[in-house]
Amino acid sequence: MNTRIFFIAALLAAPLPASAEAYTAVDVEQSRIAFGFRQMGVSMQGRFGSFRAELDFDPARPESASATLEIELESFDAGVRDLNREVHGSQWFDTANHPVARFVSSSVTPLGESRYELAGDLTLKGTTRPLRTPVTVSIADGQVLFEGEFVLERLDYDIGTGAWRDTRVVANEVQVRFSLAALQVPE
Amino acid sequence: MTRYSGLAIGLHWLVALLIFGTFGLGLYMTELPFSPDKLRLYSWHKTIGVSVFLLVLIRLGWRLWRRPPPPPPMARWQRVASHAVHHLLYGLMLAVPLSGWLMSSAKGFQTMWFGIVPLPDLLPASESVGDALARTHWFLNLALCGLVALHLLAALKHQFIDRDGLLGRMWPGRHGDTT
Repeated sequence: MNTRIFFIAALLAAPLPASAEAYTAVDVEQSRIAFGFRQMGVSMQGRFGSFRAELDFDPARPESASATLEIELESFDAGVRDLNREVHGSQWFDTANHPVARFVSSSVTPLGESRYELAGDLTLKGTTRPLRTPVTVSIADGQVLFEGEFVLERLDYDIGTGAWRDTRVVANEVQVRFSLAALQVPE
Repeated sequence: MTRYSGLAIGLHWLVALLIFGTFGLGLYMTELPFSPDKLRLYSWHKTIGVSVFLLVLIRLGWRLWRRPPPPPPMARWQRVASHAVHHLLYGLMLAVPLSGWLMSSAKGFQTMWFGIVPLPDLLPASESVGDALARTHWFLNLALCGLVALHLLAALKHQFIDRDGLLGRMWPGRHGDTT
């Protein structure tokens, strides 16, 4: 009896070893972080060209998955020169003082049929706020793909201050779409 | 002297006003630093440009349906020159907004009319094509400026030197014939 309790306690207390099945190597080349927003009523699309991610995803235990994502804000590319330059400024991302946006996951909740809700904290321009996004997980040919889309309100993070606060010029809502590919680390 | 129809006269002066306005706006807005005001002015510039394009199409349609009144007698070279300038004016009044629309597409900004009617992007976004079209838009505008100046000087010459009542055909109001 005692040994059995001890055994369970030991199991719970011991750090869980990464299973051989865990996906931990993010393939940045195959991944994509894109965004869309409306400017003067016109839909604008772009992406962040440079980011890195740390990941631990075991398909057998998805709830214990964790992820950290860092985006180089200088790599903002909306396909328009003036805009790409403007967003570095202090009214926008202020990349000189806050070069990186950072997301750290805190929990993964299964929603059924390979869909999950990922929660965590996003730090952007010195502001940290909780963020939730649905994620669809698909596994094929030894690669796992995490895809999702959420709406971020730029003014929550003071992105676009001063005269740029006018959401009729640049909408507050920014659609963020991500697609992250990861591989199992070869033994 | 027979005059142009009321619609032709109205469209002529409305389009003239819009062209002068949006030309000045274009010169001003391009010099502004990137700002919300700049984006608002670009939006208006495009709305006016698209409006000019549509109004010129209506003018052309109307002109084909109702021929302009005959001009006063003048030298043959003047008739030929006037004919050529009018053809070029119509061509440029369509080409200038069209080049702006193309430039906007190439630069990655979809053109909106009055902020609600989106125009389809005619070209994929490309920096080099966008820059080339910006130059094209500018040179077409210079050409339009030159032709408008010719058009204006010719009208003034007919009015004040020839005193042949040509301007009265296009002058608004009931007593347009001022000679």
